[in-house]
Amino acid sequence: MRISVTVDGTKYDDDVEPRTLLVHYLREQLGKTGTVVGCDTSNCGACTVHLDGHSVKSCSVLAVQADGCEVNTIEGLERDGQLHPMQQAFHDNHALQCGFCTPGMIMQSLDLLADNPNPNEHEVREGLEGNLCRCTGYQNIVRAVQDAAGKMSPGAGPEVERVANEVAGRHSARTPVSSGGE
Amino acid sequence: MIPAAFDYTAPSTVEEAVGALAEAGEDAKVLGGGQSLLPVLRMRLAAPTTLIDLGKVAELRGVREDGGALVIGAMTTHYDVQRDPLVQQHAALLARATDTVADPQVRHRGTFGGSIAHADPAGDLLAPALAMDTEMVIAGQGGRRTVAAADFFVDYFTTALEPDELLVEVRVPKHTGWHAHYEKFNRVAQAWSIVAVAATVRVEGTSIAEARVGLTNMAATPVRAHAVENALVGAPATPEAIRAAAAHAAEGTSPTSDGNADADYRQHLARTLTGRAVTAAVSG
Repeated sequence: MRISVTVDGTKYDDDVEPRTLLVHYLREQLGKTGTVVGCDTSNCGACTVHLDGHSVKSCSVLAVQADGCEVNTIEGLERDGQLHPMQQAFHDNHALQCGFCTPGMIMQSLDLLADNPNPNEHEVREGLEGNLCRCTGYQNIVRAVQDAAGKMSPGAGPEVERVANEVAGRHSARTPVSSGGE
Repeated sequence: MIPAAFDYTAPSTVEEAVGALAEAGEDAKVLGGGQSLLPVLRMRLAAPTTLIDLGKVAELRGVREDGGALVIGAMTTHYDVQRDPLVQQHAALLARATDTVADPQVRHRGTFGGSIAHADPAGDLLAPALAMDTEMVIAGQGGRRTVAAADFFVDYFTTALEPDELLVEVRVPKHTGWHAHYEKFNRVAQAWSIVAVAATVRVEGTSIAEARVGLTNMAATPVRAHAVENALVGAPATPEAIRAAAAHAAEGTSPTSDGNADADYRQHLARTLTGRAVTAAVSG
């Protein structure tokens, strides 16, 4: 089946089997191996990407369901060799050990900040409920997300703001569901 | 893990979807948000010949008012239900329960109608749907019919839906001004409810005027705790009176025993969690 998907800003037209999972399409057909397969049972969140601006577990979405959609992965975050502020915050706060959960953690953390730009510790933990880390005990991950939230807020400096705004712009489609009568 | 091969079709209207379902026969499966179905397919616990994806059927999304009811399209995601102002205002119980479903990623994809039609007894939206006396609007080749929640849930993963029928929307009677709480008991983040209690109450002054209580995972289908509801009517909204009413929560239930909990422990949980849920509801 023919699908047309925009991934990290580049449009792709590809033939896929209907049973192909989005994560396998990203990794095996597009070579975007930054998104990893963790548990393969929808528990761990390592494969989290953004689909039309919302985080999803890409092992639980068919590639054909992404037809006509925009997908953003961990590979699309850096700009001109500069890490995204969330990536930098994970680095600065030692928020990873083996690093396997990190792509999903970062993508889900960005999703959280899109809804709640200044989360408290409890809200960060709730927001990352669908992502498992077996190394860190989460403490530094929570610190990193709060650090990034501070650095991504207005007035944080032109370069950080530019990168943050570009990512935020991808969430511009986020509007409450229509409650109209139609 | 990769699913077995299947044919895929993505209709754009309910009419087309019903037609595709009739044509594909009994081995077809309807794909809603896919958050239950895709894991099942990956583990090859099911191998349908055809998937009919409702993702492009725009008319199945969104929440609207219709007189004394809210009408929630079957393909409205949990994320959209949670944030919908109409749901928050007129169906607080549904908003509270939806907040607890799985995790954010799953709530972005998973749908209200999908959860209802999947009818997992541990699913968190069945008890609220039962407690609030919702109605399921079902489309088939012969037209549409409406089934009350009390008649819709038949058995484990089994509903009143015929193989060639589609759940299109859920009508939720408005519970405007009612307080609500969903009390869920599980062991770890994102785990299924071992038992959970859905409670919504209307408070007048310092007393409970009306109450609706539904139990999750106390049977093959959601259970209505009528004895608790009756005991709460007219009772003062105090922890003592609520605890006394909650003592009736397990009456008439015969839950299963499994690796998570024995039947008598589940009954204990039902009583304890009902007390907590109603207490939280009246104070919220």
